[in-house]
Amino acid sequence: MALAKRIIPCLDCDKGRVVKGVKFEDIRDAGDPVEISRRYSDAGADEITFLDITASSEGRETTVQTVEAIAGQVFIPLTVGGGIRTLEDIRTMLNAGADKVSINTAAVVNPEFVREAAARFGSQCIVVAVDAKKVSEAGEPDRWEIFTHGGRKPTGLDAIEWVKRMVSYGAGEILLTSMDRDGTKIGFDLALNRAVSDAVDVPVIASGGVGELQHLVDGVLEGGADAVLAASIFHFGEYTIPQAKQYMAEHGIEMRL
Amino acid sequence: MNNVAVIDYGMGNLHSVSKAMESLGDDVRVEITSDASRILAADRIIFPGVGAIRDCMAEIRRLGVDAIVSQALAASKPVLAICVGMQALMESSEENGHVECLGLLPGTVKRFGGETGNGVLLDVDGKRLKVPHMGWNQVQQRQAHPLWQGIEDNSRFYFVHSYFVAPTDASLCAATTDYGHTFASALSKGSLFAVQFHPEKSQHSGLQLLRNFLAWDGRA
Repeated sequence: MALAKRIIPCLDCDKGRVVKGVKFEDIRDAGDPVEISRRYSDAGADEITFLDITASSEGRETTVQTVEAIAGQVFIPLTVGGGIRTLEDIRTMLNAGADKVSINTAAVVNPEFVREAAARFGSQCIVVAVDAKKVSEAGEPDRWEIFTHGGRKPTGLDAIEWVKRMVSYGAGEILLTSMDRDGTKIGFDLALNRAVSDAVDVPVIASGGVGELQHLVDGVLEGGADAVLAASIFHFGEYTIPQAKQYMAEHGIEMRL
Repeated sequence: MNNVAVIDYGMGNLHSVSKAMESLGDDVRVEITSDASRILAADRIIFPGVGAIRDCMAEIRRLGVDAIVSQALAASKPVLAICVGMQALMESSEENGHVECLGLLPGTVKRFGGETGNGVLLDVDGKRLKVPHMGWNQVQQRQAHPLWQGIEDNSRFYFVHSYFVAPTDASLCAATTDYGHTFASALSKGSLFAVQFHPEKSQHSGLQLLRNFLAWDGRA
């Protein structure tokens, strides 16, 4: 008996619609986050992450309604990220039915925000999302830096020091994305994952670079990840969640089957 | 009508559990309230809880929730306590230094890794385990109980917690789970059933437990 590793499909949404599109058989509306979430839940997803990329404030209203609709129909944990900047934003999302919120840029801008959020709502619902890029030269010891704005803006923050600090401020989980690997389909940055996982006591979700099922296995066994997040391999129907879980279980990983 | 009161003492997200209950039938009416008369008028009560125990206990006492839960149990009304709601029923918790709890169940609340002195939790192979205990773990049923009906033994439920209950009366233990060591993941006493996991987030097994709770007459 042991705690299972988690598979978390991620939905990127703009004004309440899933962008990038999702290919399921017989789906009525490939952009409807509620139906897609329900499909993933039925297929055995262990959690859903909903990443809001809506820029406008009117759009945010739609996001809240979407989160409410998902939470009313999908009874697995739901994390909402994107544009979480204030305690009020967190309260709104939790009241709408999110179980956790993921904080990214706002933590870099004001690290104390994470401390306040964890003190007010509890560490269990505060995920800190970090986007890291390798900055060490060949031959040097590995070093990664935190970037914002989709990997365009360097912050000067060392990734390992940063995650330790975020956990000491009360982050209950780390969502770690390798900006070098995001979208490449060549696998997670396993050295980064291992370094972060060893540095903190809280669970680490690996993200960025999944192209095949073996990458999920590597993320857990070599990268030390507690959960793996993926979007495109599931969205485009390359693999199903049951296939991924079966594959991981066959490689000795404890899964909820 | 099957009237369910979810006790609202200002801590955390009560909508998940209320929506999960509502999804189980058109005859289920859920009210989120802190009003003693409304709670005691309901057919059954959910005592949720999330966040830090000191803040929870302060609000529980301020709103008189302690007296409401005691009265409901004295009247043999079915009560389901979830997560920190379960922990609040014990005598005291190690969290936030030391916090006196309701003392409706004998035992205390301890931190994972607290025994080692350095806060590190190890598995049987000596590998360090992450705290909080977050994710889907197996629940081994230790009692036949109406709330386990239709749920396979060792089914997985969703947990997220850093503290666990240590009851001093082993006969109250309705289920155990392993994380570094074995801990009580469900307790049962009369019309009270308490779970450390989140049935409202545990998909089929969780919904089945809530369905069982809706049908329960409060007798074990």
